[in-house]
Amino acid sequence: MIWEIDLWLMIILIMFAILALEVKDLLAAVGILTGYSFLMALLFAEYGAPDVALTEAALGAALTGIFLLVTLRFVSRKDSDGEEDS
Amino acid sequence: MTSRYDSLFLDVVSRAIVPLIQIFALYVVTHGHYDPGGGFQGGVMLAASTILLRISQGEESYRRFSPSAGLYLAGFATLGIALWGFSSMLFGGTFLEHGYAIPGIDGVTLRYWGIFVVEVLIGFLVWGSLVAIYDGLTTGGMDE
Repeated sequence: MIWEIDLWLMIILIMFAILALEVKDLLAAVGILTGYSFLMALLFAEYGAPDVALTEAALGAALTGIFLLVTLRFVSRKDSDGEEDS
Repeated sequence: MTSRYDSLFLDVVSRAIVPLIQIFALYVVTHGHYDPGGGFQGGVMLAASTILLRISQGEESYRRFSPSAGLYLAGFATLGIALWGFSSMLFGGTFLEHGYAIPGIDGVTLRYWGIFVVEVLIGFLVWGSLVAIYDGLTTGGMDE
């Protein structure tokens, strides 16, 4: 374990997580979440858990993104959370 | 059902990259019992390659790998795991105790290959069920 890599990965992870929550375009949120999963896989690999990292890379970075994108076809692309209902 | 997205680059790149994904997925499945990876991860990669073909090739991929094929694949793989598990119960062990699965073969060999058999079946199960989830999402849960 190299603590510098851990520190920077975790800082970027927290930034990605806040960004995915705050961004209003849901397509961008899906993209950021996919990037989050990929960085999470890097972090797992760095911790010496290649099995978990492989699962996270295959599921989180590939299939979850596709499923969320397909789901976006049925809902509106803009996040209306926190706005007043008309 | 997703239709074909008409782009030359997407077509060529997906045709080139899908065999590589599938070969790496087969490597992950077949080396799962003593390396990182296993049936689940390899099955996810196989499903990802099939879904990439669904997105980039459209109609053609539904003809080669029909939407019901995913469910059949998952169902038969589950049946296979159940049969393998119950066969060891039949010959004196507990459920999925690989050493008793086939009478007349050395227990150590059976335990080694039993994990391999279950890993391969789990790979097919995950492949089929994830493609079935994708087809269910794109058709809105309706039949074709």
